[in-house]
Amino acid sequence: MPEILVFLLIKLILVIVIFALWMTMVPLLIWLERKVIADIQVRLGPNRVGPFGLLQPIADAIKLIMKEDITPALVDKWVYGLAPAMLMVPAFLAIAVIPIGGVVTIGERSFALQIMGLYRGPGLFVPELDAGILLVLALSSLGVYGVVLSGWSSANKYSLLGGMRSSAQMLSYELPLGVALVGPLLLAGTLRLNGVVEAQADYGIWFIVPQLVAFAIFLMSGTAEINRSPFDLPEAEQELIGGYHTEYSSFRFAMFFMAEYVNMVTISAVAATFFLGGYRLFFNDIVWLQPVWFVLKLMAFLYLFIWVRGTLPRVRYDQLMKLGWKVFLPVALGNLLVTGLVIAFSPANTILVMSIVGALLGIATFFGLSYAIVYGLRRRRPESERRVVEPTRAGVSE
Amino acid sequence: MIAELVIFIILGTVAVATGVAVILSKNPVHAVLFLVINFFSVAMFYLVLSAQFVAFLQILVYAGAIMVLFLFVVMLLNLTGAIESVQDKLPAQKWVGLALGIALLLEAGVVTAAGVFRQVPAAPPPSPNFGTSAPVGVKLFFDYLLPFEVTSVLLLIAIVGSIVLARRRTY
Amino acid sequence: MLVQYLPFLVLFIVAVAFAGGAMVLSRLLGPKRPSATKLEPYESGMVPIGGTRGRFPIRFYLVALLFILFDIEIIFLYPWAVIFLEAGAARVFLFFEILVFLGVITVGYVYIWRKGALDWE
Repeated sequence: MPEILVFLLIKLILVIVIFALWMTMVPLLIWLERKVIADIQVRLGPNRVGPFGLLQPIADAIKLIMKEDITPALVDKWVYGLAPAMLMVPAFLAIAVIPIGGVVTIGERSFALQIMGLYRGPGLFVPELDAGILLVLALSSLGVYGVVLSGWSSANKYSLLGGMRSSAQMLSYELPLGVALVGPLLLAGTLRLNGVVEAQADYGIWFIVPQLVAFAIFLMSGTAEINRSPFDLPEAEQELIGGYHTEYSSFRFAMFFMAEYVNMVTISAVAATFFLGGYRLFFNDIVWLQPVWFVLKLMAFLYLFIWVRGTLPRVRYDQLMKLGWKVFLPVALGNLLVTGLVIAFSPANTILVMSIVGALLGIATFFGLSYAIVYGLRRRRPESERRVVEPTRAGVSE
Repeated sequence: MIAELVIFIILGTVAVATGVAVILSKNPVHAVLFLVINFFSVAMFYLVLSAQFVAFLQILVYAGAIMVLFLFVVMLLNLTGAIESVQDKLPAQKWVGLALGIALLLEAGVVTAAGVFRQVPAAPPPSPNFGTSAPVGVKLFFDYLLPFEVTSVLLLIAIVGSIVLARRRTY
Repeated sequence: MLVQYLPFLVLFIVAVAFAGGAMVLSRLLGPKRPSATKLEPYESGMVPIGGTRGRFPIRFYLVALLFILFDIEIIFLYPWAVIFLEAGAARVFLFFEILVFLGVITVGYVYIWRKGALDWE
């Protein structure tokens, strides 16, 4: 068998395994979300289908696929039909560069547990994709098309408004998301995700410590980027019916939610890779166990997303846009410059200096951001619009 | 070599077909989408030329940012109905364009047939990390320092320009 | 080394097949009973008033415009970050290089802030 076929076979298996991993994470996540939210709200949550209601997402999927697929009369049929796929396909493609484990060696061949990862066999060497993180960013910016086109093609003014809001939100938060990732990349010196993981292992510290600010910005911007609560403005039911997917039904409706959950898993995977050491523990361990550590770290982030949704109220749209442009973007750039400054000028042991600076900076930013969110982002009405009656108690001035 | 030729022919067909579709689409939103596909095929041309980093920038900037703005503008101006009522103010341009297009095609055919391109020596195979982010960075930040810094001024001008364009009363 | 991109092509085919297959399956399995009311735009049961595709505030265009410009700024940071660690003595030089670059753009950033382009009221 020629080497290229062996290469393709191994990659095909990797594609199937990683795709299947994401496809099991999605229903699991839906179930977990409903259970955890129910717990937070002191309800039981799904508990009828299967043990602990575990099969509920599958029952939902079967139900949705059996429903009538309505295409309203005034819609742009082609764009309307393709928009859910335009959202979902980029979401799935981003898994190509996520490393779920290190490099395994079988006989004379070795390959990374990553779809676009390294492969070394007799007579064939394929390096890891160099622009790894750029691929993730590019695909997340392509997700905007699905959102905006589903809103536009639906021929419904609420869909259009939801699509516009959502796309403007996604665009705005892509900026701090992109800048926040440059901090860890400066320490890693590569765009390869595998390289980022190995850099953390070499330094002996997870980037969450020296890049605490970047971590916070990334996580919050990521939440906004995938339209998750508390930034789920496009789905603000009180204002917009269902947002950009109001007109969709049957499985195409389900696809919007699948894309959202796939994106959530991917953002968590990127966060785990960049800030929590990815698939590596602190010591050298068995390569075949690394996917387990990876999935555990992934689950921690997924739980955090659910927890946040159950806890925080939805942000108002003007506050949301202000937060992205006026707070996250400059803070992320500041973090980047501090990191560059430390690397350029620290006399010795860059990572130690960076860890101390990073942790202090993180704490300072936490208090600064809290202050900004509580006081700075309140809408100030012009004098002429202010109510005449002055509030009697502090804290209820608007 | 054969594989590259096949890929080139496929990509070229896609690029030309979507390019024609951009012009022929009655619905401007469809035209924008065809242009996006066109940009993807251009990005793949870069990949074939071992310019990986540029290929990703092509997708990130053109498909991911610039075309979104195009889409916003085209979508919200709601031109769908208006297009057909627009009168062609220069009816001659269609024919002049056609004539020039045929001339260009003939010229390309003659030049290719004359074998001009055969005299170009084949380039040596690029080094393994050619076109990846690190060599691009070295070029950009050491060899082309001045153009890079001037880019920031260009972006500044564009930022100011966008505000001037969008200004109404309040800002 | 186009072989490198083959796994991505495989993944692309899998993703498209999954999305397409699911849509076709739901077409086949679901009932088809269209009615005039069902095909109207859904506005929570109200009869739709006015056009369905209105014009939009200029702010949305402005966000998209500014996004392009800042996106380009950010993309320059990536190759910079890749070569920075390995640059040795040239790090200081590289640092001031990007400082000048970001400094000029910050002028623009302050300008849009002061002009109120970042406020959504």
